Amino acid sequence: MYAFLARRVLATIPVLAIVAVLVFLMLRLTPGDPAAILAGDAANTEQIARIRTSLGLDQPILVQFGIWIGNILTGDLGESFYYKTKVAALIGQRLEPTLALATLTIVIAVVVSVPLGIIAAWRFGGWFDRALMGFSVLGFSVPVFVLAYILIYIVSLKLGLLPVQGYQRIADGFWPFLRHLILPSVTLSVIYIALIARVTRASMLEALGEDYIRTARAQGMPEVRVLVRHALANAAVPIVTVIGIGVALLIGGVVVTESVYAIPGLGRLTVDAVLARDFPTIQGVILFFSFVYVLVNLLVDMSYVFLDPRIRY
Amino acid sequence: MSISRIAAALAFAATAIAGSSTALAQGDPKVLRIVPHSNLTILDPIWTTAYMSRNHGYMIYDTLFGSDEKNQVKPQMVEEWSASDDKRLWTFKLRKGLEFHDGKPVTGEDVVASLARWGKRDALGVAMFTFVDRMDAPAPDTFRIFLREVCGFVLEALGKPSSNVPFIMPRRIAETDAFKQIEEHIGSGPYIFKRDEFKPGDKVVYVRNPKYVPRKEPPSGSTGGKHVFVERVEWNLALRDAQAQVNALQKGEVDILEQPSFPHIPALKKDPNIVVYTYSPPLQYMARFNHLHKPFDSAKVRQAAMAAFAQEPFLQAQVGVKDLYKTCPSMFTCGTPYASAVGSDIQSKSNMKKAQELLKASGYDGTPVVLMKPTDLTAIDKLPDVAAQLMRQAGFKVDLQAMDWQTLVGRRSKKDAPDKGGWNMFLTAWQGPDIWNPIANAALDTRGEASGWFGWGKDDKIVELRNQFMRETDEAKKKKLAEAIQVRAFEVATHVPLGEFDAPLAARKNVSGLFRQTGNFYWNLKKN
Amino acid sequence: MDAPGLRQYEALSVEAAGVVRQESAWQRVRRNWSVRIGGMVLLVLVLVALAAPWLGTVDPTLFDAGSRDLRPGNAGEITTLDGEVIKHTFWMGSDSLGRDIYSRVIYGTQVSLVVGILCALLALAIGIACGLASGYLRWLDGILMRFMDGLMAIPAILIAIALVAMWRGSLATVVVAIAIPEIPRVTRLVRSLVLTIREEPYVEAAISLGTPTWKILFGHILPNCIAPLVVQGTFICAFSILVEAILSFLGVGLPPDIPTWGNVMAEGRQQFNDYPHNIFFPGVFLAVTVLAVNILGDGLRDTLDPKMAKRV
Repeated sequence: MYAFLARRVLATIPVLAIVAVLVFLMLRLTPGDPAAILAGDAANTEQIARIRTSLGLDQPILVQFGIWIGNILTGDLGESFYYKTKVAALIGQRLEPTLALATLTIVIAVVVSVPLGIIAAWRFGGWFDRALMGFSVLGFSVPVFVLAYILIYIVSLKLGLLPVQGYQRIADGFWPFLRHLILPSVTLSVIYIALIARVTRASMLEALGEDYIRTARAQGMPEVRVLVRHALANAAVPIVTVIGIGVALLIGGVVVTESVYAIPGLGRLTVDAVLARDFPTIQGVILFFSFVYVLVNLLVDMSYVFLDPRIRY
Repeated sequence: MSISRIAAALAFAATAIAGSSTALAQGDPKVLRIVPHSNLTILDPIWTTAYMSRNHGYMIYDTLFGSDEKNQVKPQMVEEWSASDDKRLWTFKLRKGLEFHDGKPVTGEDVVASLARWGKRDALGVAMFTFVDRMDAPAPDTFRIFLREVCGFVLEALGKPSSNVPFIMPRRIAETDAFKQIEEHIGSGPYIFKRDEFKPGDKVVYVRNPKYVPRKEPPSGSTGGKHVFVERVEWNLALRDAQAQVNALQKGEVDILEQPSFPHIPALKKDPNIVVYTYSPPLQYMARFNHLHKPFDSAKVRQAAMAAFAQEPFLQAQVGVKDLYKTCPSMFTCGTPYASAVGSDIQSKSNMKKAQELLKASGYDGTPVVLMKPTDLTAIDKLPDVAAQLMRQAGFKVDLQAMDWQTLVGRRSKKDAPDKGGWNMFLTAWQGPDIWNPIANAALDTRGEASGWFGWGKDDKIVELRNQFMRETDEAKKKKLAEAIQVRAFEVATHVPLGEFDAPLAARKNVSGLFRQTGNFYWNLKKN
Repeated sequence: MDAPGLRQYEALSVEAAGVVRQESAWQRVRRNWSVRIGGMVLLVLVLVALAAPWLGTVDPTLFDAGSRDLRPGNAGEITTLDGEVIKHTFWMGSDSLGRDIYSRVIYGTQVSLVVGILCALLALAIGIACGLASGYLRWLDGILMRFMDGLMAIPAILIAIALVAMWRGSLATVVVAIAIPEIPRVTRLVRSLVLTIREEPYVEAAISLGTPTWKILFGHILPNCIAPLVVQGTFICAFSILVEAILSFLGVGLPPDIPTWGNVMAEGRQQFNDYPHNIFFPGVFLAVTVLAVNILGDGLRDTLDPKMAKRV
């Protein structure tokens, strides 16, 4: 098993390398002088020249790549000319809000969607099933920011239950922290719920169609046990897989949600960086998010070993 | 767990959530939470004229002189001063007890270095320093300015309330090259910048300077006593959405909105918990031509555009709220000494037909006008749409290009041809004090490509008149010169003034102490 | 006592019956309710987009400061480019400049549909090419799939945002930027199909007969890919419309004077409390469009590609 885990970890390295190459190439494929683009619109010729030398932009492209990779591996993601700080520092500052938002979203999504999917599969073809499938398609179709405005309007403004915007650090008090995160998390979780509920339902359906389920029922096992201990356990793999894949959707959603709710996290940082054409930050954020995505999927893959004893790589 | 118990638990949770809202909403009375009008990225108020950086400067630095609400120059850091009989030697003595945040006293050397740096960037400063022979600091609390010839605006320059403000920094920081940004932010002002809590794009934090010694006079403009009654000021940089800002203010999640967007002002005025203040001087909109390239390298074409630009449509579209704007036919701030309507007929007495005729007569060849539109500044983002529509009606071809303000600021500094990354026109707003006399008004600097402000208009007559103005000390003569400059400026269409408006500030009603200002000053405020 | 297992057998037997009755794929598609509903709505939207100038709209860029912030149903004035002032009823209200939301939403349909379709076509075209190449040419397979893995590792919205940031917003750049993240999935799909089909006996026979590669690819392999690709294409279309709206909303999409639903909502967000119609109307159109495309895709998938249906 450890050999498998080690091999799996090693397998992520080429993916990360490709990501690094892609991000590196992205900037150099733009028309125009990469140094001028990195320096930003307000830079003068002297600053642009300084950047050119520090990044080795006048050197052959392989050398440039080497310098860049070397920097990244030592944690130097470059410097943002817009904020005048190191990108790595910026990401560090903005990490907590995004992490909190993402975690709460995933928790809400899983807690809500898995039971929904189970019930839909259990009562396959019934009204609940149809309602859930309808809701999930709706969940995919309504954009996150429209949903956000609707929720703000109803819950924050009309009912006055929760704050309109902002983020409170957990260090400043757990309750305010949670209050500020509820609305954004619920908004973001909708699309995730739609996705996970569908997959749960589908894989539960498949599991419930198996012979051992009929056997268990024939043996008089209580239905709840049938559903959870047998069916769900066997349906777990696809569900966990989609949670991993859904992180990509989550990241995209975080960008919009933080923008609407004024949460100073990585999503906001991305949008601000893009609006300011702050390329070092854009590159840094993309690298970071991709790294997280690959990591999450690695954990998902590794969890298969525990979820499904049949899987022996 | 029975249904009723679950329901009870949920109900309890809901009330707990809702109940804590009011308690949290007001916040700590010792912390002032402000939402400024834009993001703060440049902490050096000499390097840029951006108002955000200026406002930051006013928090942590102090100035030698200031301008009060009647535009009179009054001393701030200076105790007393005198000029020699021939007015070519000015001697100043600093107040007692002035200290930088690192504990060191403010000396004449610091002042000299700070002024020298400011004099390399600021329009008025550069103008003043053409008269300056040298400066020195014979004693720790004294500094002197030696002039080559008489200069009519020394005190106005030193007491300049708006960008760039001659803030006083420690000598070692002021010796940074004027074209590089400073790395340390130590001043002698009423607040201290908390560098460790600064999160770019998120928030800026200032704490009260316990060692600051305010003057005795009441606060007025940038003069008077800068008392601080709160312990901490937080600027919320993350809250950029105009609607979310208003929501936050209404719910008490923030205390002050520096510049709520215009459509929300009526609603804010109606809110019983909020007060709307119009304490800042009015701003003036203007459209700026790029004089270097076609089609606006021809004065006739510029005049045609000027004739098409009636002020009312711009003001109505951008501001909308009638009691917040008014037309102003002058290139100087209406209501100030040098403002008048002389020469403005070509704009104020024109109509679209006249504009169309002027355009035809000018020989305009159909070159598209590259018009830059900023998408993220709610005070000016609709002006280009109006300009494009009016120009099209007059017969111009317009290429409206949208970008964020930062990009626009970068692009407007380029002298390249418009189709190679340059531009033909942009619109912006200046605060009253920045344009109320011909020397400060950057758009009237017509030294061509050598002039500091983007657009690079060229007219030797105006240059000559400005030079005379700089040397003139008689007020009546200065007024006449200003009028002559304005007449000529309208003739050659340096730029187009587009009317004046107020940008009010909105605060929760438990915030008191706001006063007439020439910027955004956050001293003297109390939270009850 | 329920028996979901039984139901599934039912479904399978219905399918089997369909095969036995030799109903053509096309007939199955037409009978499916999802396809009907989704297709109908989309047809209406396409017609609206094509007929935009004649549906009681005005030039969506025209405005009149005197007509700003009118509530839906009110009348006001608009000044045309020739300087004449016309009376106009703002069915969906006006925005903060005085532009007619109804006109902007109707014309916005054009943009959204064009973006959706172009992105889908572009992603499919490139994805098919890569998939065919990867599946057929062993030496290319390794590198290309690693590349696709890397591309898939970057969340799609980030790629789109970054690319538009670099190239500045225009229809071409937005379409390319949104299509690029979709290419890997298409590639994988085509590649796996290629790998399966090339093992088939008739393909092997064709190869041994010396049939040129391109004939095999286009004559044998590609026809079998059409069904799943059509399904995939519909989902790409839905996703692209959504992403374009998000990009415009964030301010990094098409230029603001082009009327797209995202742009209208972006301008309207500043006054959401008092004038929610700015967000409501384009939001509804957007949701309905994406919903219709998604439902259509679901239906197509259920009828054309039952294997995929079992998965999600």
